[in-house]
Amino acid sequence: MTDHLTSGPADPAGPAGPAGPPPGRARLSPRKRQRISRAIQYVVLAAVLLTVVLVANWQGLAENFTKLDVARQTLPELFTVALKNTIIYTVGGFVLGALGGLLFALMRMSSVRPYRWIATIYIEIFRGLPALLIFLLILFLPLVLGFQLPGGTYGSGILGLAVINAAYMAETLRAGLQAVPRGQMEAARSLGMSHARAMATIVIPQAIRIVIPPTTNQFVALLKDSSLVFFLGVSGEYVELTKFGNDVASTTSNATPILVVGLTYLLVTIPLGYLAGRLEARQAKGR
Amino acid sequence: MAHAVEIKDLHKSFGELEVLKGIDFTVDQGQVVCVIGPSGSGKSTLLRCVNLLEQPTKGTVRVGGVELTDPDVDIDAARRRLGMVFQSFNLFPHMTALQNVMIAQRRVLKRGSGEAERVARANLEKVGVADKCDVYPAQLSGGQQQRVAIARALAMDPDLMLFDEPTSALDPELVGDVLSVMRDLARDGMTMLVVTHEMGFAREVADRVVFMDGGVIVEEGPADQVIGDPRHARTRTFLSRVLDPTHAGDEPGAGSAPADAGPGS
Ligand SMILES: Nc1ncnc2c1ncn2[C@@H]1O[C@H](COP(=O)(O)OP(=O)(O)OP(=O)(O)O)[C@@H](O)[C@H]1O
Ligand SMILES: [Mg+2]
Repeated sequence: MTDHLTSGPADPAGPAGPAGPPPGRARLSPRKRQRISRAIQYVVLAAVLLTVVLVANWQGLAENFTKLDVARQTLPELFTVALKNTIIYTVGGFVLGALGGLLFALMRMSSVRPYRWIATIYIEIFRGLPALLIFLLILFLPLVLGFQLPGGTYGSGILGLAVINAAYMAETLRAGLQAVPRGQMEAARSLGMSHARAMATIVIPQAIRIVIPPTTNQFVALLKDSSLVFFLGVSGEYVELTKFGNDVASTTSNATPILVVGLTYLLVTIPLGYLAGRLEARQAKGR
Repeated sequence: MAHAVEIKDLHKSFGELEVLKGIDFTVDQGQVVCVIGPSGSGKSTLLRCVNLLEQPTKGTVRVGGVELTDPDVDIDAARRRLGMVFQSFNLFPHMTALQNVMIAQRRVLKRGSGEAERVARANLEKVGVADKCDVYPAQLSGGQQQRVAIARALAMDPDLMLFDEPTSALDPELVGDVLSVMRDLARDGMTMLVVTHEMGFAREVADRVVFMDGGVIVEEGPADQVIGDPRHARTRTFLSRVLDPTHAGDEPGAGSAPADAGPGS
């Protein structure tokens, strides 16, 4: 960044004078050069801000995005329905997906080769596909199965998120399980525990600690992906934040609800992201 | 009566690498047998074959008359009677010292929490860390961790204790505490199979010493004889390097042995 800005103005001098450095630059100490560079960056920033302020349609923006009476119309459903549903979809998909992920992680490390294949194929497919595509596929699932998924839209939404989460969690959990030293399993086995018992009481609890920070980040990603429930054609009591914001925005012909919904997402995602960072830092320090 | 441990024609290979090349020996009830030998000679592998942490390629291992190498044996049940102490302690870091000693009693022996706690406290007391019950392993010194690990194994009332270089990872001033716990155990009549580099301990406590090199037993016999007056040149070379490391290699005729031991470490 800094280098670009400092060398930028000097470049024209380059081809002109092949006889070493331009005399003007040699006199500048590194500290002075840094100061000039920073001044240039501030000037550029000020220029961009000024342009935005002059060009933007402030009146239009204010009317479209920050209309208080429209914002008020989103209450209380914003929290009692939309946020609640977002959390139901996310937590449901997360829990179901984490269980599935654990299963695939264990399969991936199994000594039975076909299990490893199945887990690998699943993980590669569902990490490689766009989340939206998975939701679109789920729309057609009843046709394939010949029956409706239980739980209505909740069922479909949670399934979609679980399918995605399972693929990511499988890899996270596998890394966590493999990060637990081999000696832990050996100590547990030498005390007479079966493999399954040693896994459950010794290895998995330690792996879970290791994966808490990446899993928190994964939860945040899933929370955002829950907006894709939008494409399941939800309505009424099933709407989550994004769909809700979009509905109110179209009935009021105003974008304020979208902004309100965005802030509601941030209300959850920013503290969680912060928490994950803290947990990561603590883990990097201890043990 | 059956031997406490009886090993016959034990072979173990890791892929192409043959680590154990036919081991035969026995340990009797109440005996302490120390296994010594250069790094890479297969001592750990031998010990791990005794409780089947490694699956032998060939041969039989019997403990208390039960053949562990029989594919139909209930290995979890058999391991309950064998305690194992590792070089790197391997305490469970997410549990306090007390919980470390209780968990297998609860989950494997199905003891009630009251009894498990009583047994755990008694064993922690025995190894001299009774005051560290509620402390997590990370806050213990290496010597304390190893003593908790010994208590954890003892709490299962084993018939046989296996030690794999229990003091090698310790600072020198902490070695004594662990060795004295082991000495007490031996005095109480525990059957022990100990891989160690502590020649003083072996001489004092062991009924028999086994010297291994290159995956075979080169020499075995009473401690005073194997350590004090070894018959084989390889044993002599090894002992001179262990007992007097600064003059290792000065030995005339020590040519082949160090070359064998070198790459293994
Ligand atoms: N799981 C394994 N896979 C492959 N090779 C192994 C494995 N475990 C041990 N070995 C090899 O077997 C040989 C003997 O190892 P072992 O740990 O039994 O030696 P040791 O006598 O205990 O040595 P040390 O005194 O260093 O502990 C070494 O060459 C080692 O690299
Ligand atoms: Mg070893």
